[in-house]
Amino acid sequence: MAAAASALENEKDSKKLRYAFGNVLSLFILLLIGVLAFSIRLFSVIKYESVIHEFDPYFNYRVTQFLTKNGIYDFWNWFDDRTWYPLGRVIGGTVYPGLTLTAGSLWWFLNSLNIPLSVETVCVFTAPIFSAIAAWATYLLTKEVKGTGAGLTAAVLLAMVPSYISRSVAGSYDNEAVAIFALIFTFYLYIKTLNTGSLFYATLNALAYFYMVCSWGGYTFIINLIPMHVLLCIVTGRYSSRLYIAYAPLVVLGTLLAALVPVVGFNAVMTSEHFASFLVFIIIHVVALVYYIKGILSQKMFKVAVTLVVSVGMVVCLAMVAVLVALVASSPTKGWSGRSLSLLDPTYASKYIPIIASVSEHQPPTWPSYFMDINVLAFLVPAGIISCFLPLSDASSFVVLYIVTSVYFSGVMVRLMLVLAPAACIMSGIALSEAFDVFTRSIKCQLPELLSDSQPGAGDMASGNTVVHNDTVKVDKHSNAEKNDETVKERPSKKNRKKEKEPVEKVSIKSRIEKRLLVLPLETSIIAIVLLILLGAFYVVHCVWAASEAYSAPSIVLTSHSHDGLHVFDDFREAYAWLSHNTDVDDKESILTSLNACVLMGIPILINTHGPLSVFTVQHSLAVKTNKLVASWWDYGYQTTAMANRTVIVDNNTWNNTHIATVGTAMSSPEKAAWEIFNSLDVKYVLVVFGGLVGYPSDDINKFLWMVRIGGGVFPHIKEPDYLRDGQYRIDSQATPTMLNSLMYKLSYYRFVETDGKGFDRVRRTEIGKKYFKLTHFEEVFTTHHWMVRLYKLKSPKNRIRGKAKKSKSNQKTSSTARLKSADKIKKNPWH
Amino acid sequence: MSNHLSIIFLILILLPFLTQSFSPKKVLILLDDFSLKSSHSLYFTSLKNRNYHLDFHLATDSNLKLSQHGEYLYDGLILFSPTVQKFGGSLDLNSVLGFVDSGRNLILAVDESASDLVKEIATECGVDFDEDSGAVVIDHGSFADGDHMLIASDDFIDSDVILGKEKIEAPVLFKGIGHALNPVNSQVLKVLSASPWAYSANPESKLSSPPSLTGSRISLVSVVQTTLSRVAKASETLCLVLPDNIGFRRIKAIALFSPDDFKILQARNNARILISGSLDLFSNRLFKSGVQKAGSSTNEELMGKPTFDDRYLRSGNEQFTTELSRWVFNERGHLKAVNVRHNKVGETVEPSMYRITDDLEYSVEIYEWSGTSWEPYVSDDVQIQFYMMSPYVLKTLATDKKGLYYTSFKVPDVYGVFQFKVEYHKLGYTSLSLAKQIPVRPFRHNEYERFLTAAFPYYGASFSTMAGFFVFSIIYLYNK
Repeated sequence: MAAAASALENEKDSKKLRYAFGNVLSLFILLLIGVLAFSIRLFSVIKYESVIHEFDPYFNYRVTQFLTKNGIYDFWNWFDDRTWYPLGRVIGGTVYPGLTLTAGSLWWFLNSLNIPLSVETVCVFTAPIFSAIAAWATYLLTKEVKGTGAGLTAAVLLAMVPSYISRSVAGSYDNEAVAIFALIFTFYLYIKTLNTGSLFYATLNALAYFYMVCSWGGYTFIINLIPMHVLLCIVTGRYSSRLYIAYAPLVVLGTLLAALVPVVGFNAVMTSEHFASFLVFIIIHVVALVYYIKGILSQKMFKVAVTLVVSVGMVVCLAMVAVLVALVASSPTKGWSGRSLSLLDPTYASKYIPIIASVSEHQPPTWPSYFMDINVLAFLVPAGIISCFLPLSDASSFVVLYIVTSVYFSGVMVRLMLVLAPAACIMSGIALSEAFDVFTRSIKCQLPELLSDSQPGAGDMASGNTVVHNDTVKVDKHSNAEKNDETVKERPSKKNRKKEKEPVEKVSIKSRIEKRLLVLPLETSIIAIVLLILLGAFYVVHCVWAASEAYSAPSIVLTSHSHDGLHVFDDFREAYAWLSHNTDVDDKESILTSLNACVLMGIPILINTHGPLSVFTVQHSLAVKTNKLVASWWDYGYQTTAMANRTVIVDNNTWNNTHIATVGTAMSSPEKAAWEIFNSLDVKYVLVVFGGLVGYPSDDINKFLWMVRIGGGVFPHIKEPDYLRDGQYRIDSQATPTMLNSLMYKLSYYRFVETDGKGFDRVRRTEIGKKYFKLTHFEEVFTTHHWMVRLYKLKSPKNRIRGKAKKSKSNQKTSSTARLKSADKIKKNPWH
Repeated sequence: MSNHLSIIFLILILLPFLTQSFSPKKVLILLDDFSLKSSHSLYFTSLKNRNYHLDFHLATDSNLKLSQHGEYLYDGLILFSPTVQKFGGSLDLNSVLGFVDSGRNLILAVDESASDLVKEIATECGVDFDEDSGAVVIDHGSFADGDHMLIASDDFIDSDVILGKEKIEAPVLFKGIGHALNPVNSQVLKVLSASPWAYSANPESKLSSPPSLTGSRISLVSVVQTTLSRVAKASETLCLVLPDNIGFRRIKAIALFSPDDFKILQARNNARILISGSLDLFSNRLFKSGVQKAGSSTNEELMGKPTFDDRYLRSGNEQFTTELSRWVFNERGHLKAVNVRHNKVGETVEPSMYRITDDLEYSVEIYEWSGTSWEPYVSDDVQIQFYMMSPYVLKTLATDKKGLYYTSFKVPDVYGVFQFKVEYHKLGYTSLSLAKQIPVRPFRHNEYERFLTAAFPYYGASFSTMAGFFVFSIIYLYNK
């Protein structure tokens, strides 16, 4: 007896030690995962430089700068007069502040620790830091669903999933960088609450949801997915008080908190995106009431009560639904914002809102992009779903629902692939870890037997197992999951989960019998493990490639490899630098400040005048206040304000369709009409991105049709067919006259023929249609080294207006010959 | 150290203006031959008497130059050389037009012998001559001395600013070619029109088709006031650089160092051009000759009314041309706006930004050049716009008769980048276009009302719920 007791104690001790060891090991692994997630995103910094990427990040960077300089209240009340001239934009009320506040407080924290990092550095590295945290959150979430092994696998998969890398490389300072972490963490806390029924976690969940609302418009995904899951649980008869605690506080607190974010405000209760949560909120209360009544009433009484309540409830519900429908139907968009509508009806945007459809990341993805973005996970996901059904717990049903909905959404918009990525990682993590479980256990079971002696039983078992191969796996998983279910219902302990690691000798007889059934043949297991490792290796190789090659380009600096080496195209920054350095405003400002300074210093000015001082002050303030207005397509708005510090007409925050349509109309109009539009908006410069010389495909000519569509949507005199020859978009000599005379065409191809003598466009792979022409209302002021950005200035209106000029014909002749002569003289493009 | 530097800098900047302030304005006069100097001496004398320094040259003089080292040498140019085919020296069509574009003034006289070059200058300024180069204005109704090509016209433009307060009684004698104005051109004004029965034709040839220019569409003398919108050159800029980058609506006529500094102002300002279809208009002969308008009474005669003897001893030419030259050389109708101020009511500092529904005050001072000094300009039709894509506020400015125009209004309940705009375009006067950007922001988060009366039921509801819950909890927990 004593021996048995001591053996038991011994066993306990060794178990404890092993758990401690396991914990330390998984902590260490998590640390490594964090390092991996952070460092795989540094390719952009190493290969290029520590610089903010793309378009939106520049805006976020500018906002962060403002925040760090002026504090949170000024940020909240910031009215920006540099964008959307002359409307301006209330930045504080129209921006999701989560990212900015996160980076801002990070910067503040570091500075208060006397680590003097620049705001830009902090912004550049925010995304990698948060992807490490997101990987940890994934670990937590998956651990809640399927245990530590699955959690670690999922975390390591997420740390390097290309889809997420594309949005979170160093420098990609965008909302998604922190939002994905917030998304996963909110889901984790929801599952945690669901598993524990703790109000503490429910409150944390609401706070995490608040952070998500602060960070990204994608929070609507959470507030729709969780109600869906709650509804699913109720329908499948899985209602419990834990479910109630997980859901009800989230809706109440979450909605209150969400309404605090200025950009959401009353939308949290007014728009249809949130209605599902309220509906489910009502339903869960009804269900809770029913369960409560069921508990206190006898069976018979309950039936009577049910019929009563159902009949009354139906009437009330119908009335409410009617009111709701009437309310929603009375609003023109049916209460849904355009982006959400295009989610539900993928053809909605292309039909009605060209401005949404024009963005490439709002297009449906192609099949290769799935392979590119989630790679082998796409194949592992089904296996993960299957293992989630064995058995189906509340938590696993949630991740199944998550993957199903996100697969649908990613199919609608390429951008939402990002939401799919964590789900795919979780599923694949579960699948991989379950598979490894099975295979390693099989090996473990058989190794000792093989080593000791070739027992005849082994062969029997193997042969028997090959027959019932599939069943055993299922049974195994079932049993394993049953254990999980138990843990879920009791307190989560790691006891049962570590079983597979126990030496076979110490397993009780009962479990030994069970295990014997679940063992796969040794060879099969080994081969399968090797194959799985190979698969993982492929994934890693692909991810590293994607991180280093595909997704690390900052898009403001471009590179290309050719036979004569590496070319770097830094045209954007060249153009923005030119803009910020070459304006009279700044010259004046400096001179006037010096004058102003001496006036302020009390030096008398010996002129009899009506107050030079006042004149100076007037001019000074004007010089400071007024700014060169730059018109460009909205893609370049954020960069222009952030990098060139110039006022723009439209930018990437596409809040005013009419304003964008005005610019689109100007770009698609002939020169004179365009000049008038721009002049009425006080525009000074027009910026055009042109890729024809170097073959940069995302230039304005390729976006031009969208300008026409968006412009035509508001100003019907712009008609798309006018720009198409037989439905084809072309810029060669077959192009329509409207196309050839449009401002965009002219500004893009002005003097282009001088580069090679033929005007061969390398993007469209054709010779341009109109080669020799003069600009009458615009003048070229700057063209970058590779002609990628071209800046034009609006000519001032003429001083004198000519008489009707009888001699105009002869004049034109002389001027045209003069132009031809001068065209010969003009120097060649330096690039050649 | 930097103080001293900036003082030196300042003095250096101011030096040219201080020295230039009181020098007479220089006018270059180009002639076909010097006999014109005596035949038109009365006109030139009147200019000289008004302190103009006249510089006579033959139009073909090979030493002609308008500018030196990028600086114009003259303030005005008189082209009394209709026949010149090609200017001498560095002068050509473009340099004359550049001179005009720089805001300087031009008097141009042509006649039936006018060369293409001179006509082209006029055309560039916005007038069209008859296609037939031999055509002259013929009037069988109102002519003088029995010459149907010597027209007596009294169809003046109705503007005190251009022609002076004193009414021109006698008709003006005119002998030369007529021109038409480009109807889309609002800069050109007909100062002297032909009578309704005048026409433009070649007297030598027989009229085979109806003349293209007829009636009062013919302008005999026109003036042009260009709207200057060129960016000033850096060398000229400094003191007056007027923020010309508020879109295209620049402040054109603001801010001078010295009120006497004629030249500077002009350089910033609208160029004025006089185009006359007749060189003889300015001649001593027509100045002195008496006039009886032969045709003026014809109509009445036909209607059986008694003949009205309108015989004048001297024609109106002298008064007409002199008054016109006053206008062209900016002695009249020349405005400047200075000291644009705006501030919140009750404050004096100019804010960099307004809030919606702020009350603000705006003031500007407008002066008119009287020939010797800047006098307050008095008018009751100066308006201000508070403008963002369209005017949100349009108000007439009140004046204190001392040049100050002011008003106050409430900023509309719309945020955005607004402009204070004064667009003052009055016949004969300098166009004033003042624009000044000012952003208008929405309320700050703490500028809203803290407690709304309408929301009291809701406050009540939430607090009573809280209290109720508290009471409920106590009863539930301790009442067992």
